[in-house]
Amino acid sequence: MRRQIPLALVFIFGIFMIFQYFVPHESSEWIYEFFLKWAIIIGIFALALGIWSLIRVSVDRIKTKKLNWGYSLITLAGLFVMMFFGFTGEGLENPMFRNFFNHILIPIQATMFALLAFFIASAAYRAFRARNVMASLLLIAALIVMLRFNPYLGPLGPYTADASSWLLNVPNLAAKRAIIIGIGLGIVATALKVILGIERGYMGKG
Amino acid sequence: MNIFDRIMTLDRRWVFLFLAIVCVVTYFIPFRIPVTVDDEVEVIYEFVDTLKPGQIVMVPLDYDPSTVAELHPMTYAIFEHCFRKQLKVIVTSLHPNGPGMAEQALLDVADSMKLDRTYNGVTYRGREVKTGFDYTFLGYKPYPALVILGMGQNFRLPFPTDYYGIPLDSLPMMQGVQNYDQVAGVINVSGTSGTDYWISYGQGRFGFPLALGLTGVMGADYYPYLNSGQVFGLMAGLYGAAQYEELADNAGPAIDGMRVQVYAHIVIIMFIIMGNVGYFISRREKNKKLKG
Repeated sequence: MRRQIPLALVFIFGIFMIFQYFVPHESSEWIYEFFLKWAIIIGIFALALGIWSLIRVSVDRIKTKKLNWGYSLITLAGLFVMMFFGFTGEGLENPMFRNFFNHILIPIQATMFALLAFFIASAAYRAFRARNVMASLLLIAALIVMLRFNPYLGPLGPYTADASSWLLNVPNLAAKRAIIIGIGLGIVATALKVILGIERGYMGKG
Repeated sequence: MNIFDRIMTLDRRWVFLFLAIVCVVTYFIPFRIPVTVDDEVEVIYEFVDTLKPGQIVMVPLDYDPSTVAELHPMTYAIFEHCFRKQLKVIVTSLHPNGPGMAEQALLDVADSMKLDRTYNGVTYRGREVKTGFDYTFLGYKPYPALVILGMGQNFRLPFPTDYYGIPLDSLPMMQGVQNYDQVAGVINVSGTSGTDYWISYGQGRFGFPLALGLTGVMGADYYPYLNSGQVFGLMAGLYGAAQYEELADNAGPAIDGMRVQVYAHIVIIMFIIMGNVGYFISRREKNKKLKG
């Protein structure tokens, strides 16, 4: 029964959701809305579980003084400080809550991401070599797209812009569309396997 | 070791230093890079510009501070354009750090709206932009697909209250606004795969006009949707934001940042060319030695 009940639930709800999509009747919409509420509620419980898991893992690292346990301490401090300011005073309008976000998190994350430019420059210098035909094609395409909005190309400017648009709208589009269709078909196949009980990985056993 | 061998083994710290100098110098020297407008950006501007006062635009902001340099200017330009045109804006976020970004942009633009400004020859009187009247900020809810589907039924389903805890029913702007049927279009500014959900679960299921504002690296991934008509406009990266600012006659951080980006790209291209010249010459010399 421990296996049959989840399989039956997935089958019933999966089939219902497929048919519901094609039935615009009021009662079908009502049931759909009802299930949607349930899905959101279950999702929020999962979020609470995630927070609990983070606290447990961090506390465990601090207790046992594992390598870099200080970072876990900072994680917990950040979590509880933001929770404290978020739940007290004016809540989300609390100036401390806003200040921590605007003056700590935004500069830290923006700085981390900005550093990427330097690593890209260094990686491009080392790895972007015209070693063979395919690498040369990649190199030329990358240069054209990068030069697309360069105002110093003079009479070459419009040609570079046209070439860049062509690259994005023709070869890029063809490859991406093929990938997207492939992924879409894969999603449908996997969903059917889950609904029909062929794929049972979500139950924790293969 | 000749010069070409040295080029091949150049310490990467020189690359970092050179790029840093170029970024800092171009940041401090005031000059303007001319911006050419692409059709895919112009169509978004035209869409907003031709809406009538009171119509609703939804702007989901699905990004965090890591992409602030590219996406925040887009958000500011769109908000300012919408509010100057007296449009109503529904803002939401499907990224946990998005509400902070959205709130910062909303408060800043609301401040800027108090001033008289002239854009494209039209003078707009300063006015107060208020939550619940001019915009509704729904905040964040997890699980993007469920939230997008839920809003398609009724905004109140995933968001019974706005970000500040006020019931949607008590907000004047939300009177009679049930779902996407009352929204003229959605402009998703995103640095995450949340955009896929807006295309599949939002536009695909409910059929609203959808435009995208994305980071530069994401841009190429979404051209297929532009070509298929699922997305009517696309702004990619700082250049996309600069184009919107240019169209709106509202030069801001994107146009300002373009000079740094253009010169940083020139530096990267120079290093790529240098690396390839060094590679070819040292390979030719190695071949010569082998033959000799």
